[in-house]
Amino acid sequence: MATAAHRIARTPEEDGPADEAALAVAYEAAFDAAVAADERIEPRDWMPDAYRATLVRQIAQHAHSEIIGMQPEANWITRAPSLRRKAILMAKVQDEAGHGLYLYSAAETLGTSRDELLDKLHSGRQKYSSIFNYPTLTWADVGAIGWLVDGAAITNQVPLCRCSYGPYARAMVRICKEESFHQRQGYELLLTLSRGTPEQHEMAQDAVNRWWWPSLMMFGPPDDQSQHSAQSMTWKIKRHSNDELRQRFVDICVPQAETLGLTLPDPDLRWNEERGHHDFGEIDWTEFREVLKGNGPCNEQRITQRRRAHDEGAWVREAAAAYAEKHTSKDTVQNGATRANNGAKDGEAAA
Amino acid sequence: MTTSEWPLWEVFVRSRRGLSHTHAGSLHAPDAELALRNARDLYTRRGEGVSIWVVPSAAITASSPDEKDPFFEPAADKPYRHPTFYEIPEGVKHL
Amino acid sequence: MTETTKPPKAREPVPHTAAALALGDDALVLSHRLGEWAGHAPVLEEDVALANIALDLLGQARVLLSMAGDEDELAYLREERAFRNLQLVEQPNGDFAHTIARQLYFSTYQRLLYAHLAAGDGEFAGLAAKAVKEVSYHQDHAEQWTLRLGDGTDVSHERMRRACQALWRFTGEMFQPVEGLDVDWEGIRAAWLESVSAVLRRATLDVPEGPQSGAWSAGAGRQGLHTEPFGRMLAEMQHLHRSHPGASW
Repeated sequence: MATAAHRIARTPEEDGPADEAALAVAYEAAFDAAVAADERIEPRDWMPDAYRATLVRQIAQHAHSEIIGMQPEANWITRAPSLRRKAILMAKVQDEAGHGLYLYSAAETLGTSRDELLDKLHSGRQKYSSIFNYPTLTWADVGAIGWLVDGAAITNQVPLCRCSYGPYARAMVRICKEESFHQRQGYELLLTLSRGTPEQHEMAQDAVNRWWWPSLMMFGPPDDQSQHSAQSMTWKIKRHSNDELRQRFVDICVPQAETLGLTLPDPDLRWNEERGHHDFGEIDWTEFREVLKGNGPCNEQRITQRRRAHDEGAWVREAAAAYAEKHTSKDTVQNGATRANNGAKDGEAAA
Repeated sequence: MTTSEWPLWEVFVRSRRGLSHTHAGSLHAPDAELALRNARDLYTRRGEGVSIWVVPSAAITASSPDEKDPFFEPAADKPYRHPTFYEIPEGVKHL
Repeated sequence: MTETTKPPKAREPVPHTAAALALGDDALVLSHRLGEWAGHAPVLEEDVALANIALDLLGQARVLLSMAGDEDELAYLREERAFRNLQLVEQPNGDFAHTIARQLYFSTYQRLLYAHLAAGDGEFAGLAAKAVKEVSYHQDHAEQWTLRLGDGTDVSHERMRRACQALWRFTGEMFQPVEGLDVDWEGIRAAWLESVSAVLRRATLDVPEGPQSGAWSAGAGRQGLHTEPFGRMLAEMQHLHRSHPGASW
């Protein structure tokens, strides 16, 4: 069965005294056709440079967000108020490290190494989600992050499971599956606080007050100001507009907040019968831009901690590399080979 | 290896006995032993596996997308390899 | 992986409360220390690995503390002097070498002890049978890293040597009999020394010399006598829970 993606491939006839320009046009047409037909683009397929660059930027930013996002929550691991909550939080922060790893791997299929990407993060040349530049001041913030921040992230991420770039889409499938517990634990945590003592209820309300607006900013600038949106939609890296997803998120949160017994801090929030959606107030885009520029409450702190962990770990990574070099010619390769053989025998037995 | 950058490994996980290993993803590790352990921690922390293979990414030889047509298209026009190619009178069983 | 239900409350103190507390506090405190690494590990893969170990230990702690009473009351409302964990596990993380040396010493001990308990028919046999698989992996992890740090670069060798030496003085306490556990402690001590020495030698490290316990005759962790960093650790761990008496979380 010939598919559009098959036509991306260079055929022998085209290999003659090729007119490179004509070839590029043919490649591009085949790529466009594959994307239009909802086929996946895979790492070694031809792709426009701008498509590659957009993906690297987006996947890297996503990966960086996962690992920077560990910090505000890890801030509470040592203070979690019950052993059950401590286990949940540790597992969640661990997942974030794992998700960062899946995403760095996806970015690496585009020809950029993880070290390169980390270097860009550490030097401020690549960004992470601005939401993590806000501090976690109380235990309830852990709940608000789970409910609102993870909720917004999931709203953004679910469509990415169908993104045109195969490795990114596959990473997102895995991530979305694993993240389903993240949002629920946050909601449950807030519900417990909201229904707890008056102090706990107040703690929960305060956290929602602080996290609501930054969560709405997570969907990015309004559609008419979004630089990359149109092209990303054509490439099917993005499937819905920022405003569309933001609206979906607000509509989902309103009834959830009611069940929580907490108020969303927006006096303009009300149901609009005509639109079939909730209207909501104006987002403070000045704050958004300022935090993005580096002037948020925690920008400096987050990147400093990340850099410190990386720098202080350098001697460990070097030690392991040196050990591998010393032992590769001897036992490691042999052990590795033995393992693979055993594995292969396993495989035969199962076949 | 003079830098501290660890090489990339591809991870294959058998999710349960009776199934073959499938590609789960990749990771960095300085050597095979740590690659196997990192794979265990990263790709089977929800009980997704009973057996793991790790392979240095550099050791994989892949077919080139440029050769996709000569490699795979010739197999597409041999419908007689598929059982649906054959017409069998209705009512004939066990075929 | 995540616990959703709290193990049932023990109505009455079970006979071996002292043992459940000793083993449970070891696991709880080490899990807490490992949890401090989240977001700080030398490489992301190790963030994931250390969290796995911490979660295993926390799971063990919850079962063990629940054998002695209410897990949260025991974890959050006891004073420092009532904790029965070894001083070894409360030692601050230090650099990665210190954490690995602490892991090597403790996981080797835990594996030997749990293997022994799993083979018996005492009340800890069930828990030990499950936990021995977990701690065997912890020991393997510690061993792999001891080899790489000890036999890696000059810098890592020196750091690992210092870490092994610094923590050596806390290892003797592990073989002090725990009330309620019928264990051949001298046998475990000998097996521990043999196992740890073998790993250190493969890692081109010397087996540390010097005393394996402090000179303070009043005792150590098992008697509720701890080191200074432990009080601060508990203050951090307990403050939120204690700030809201009677609240549910």
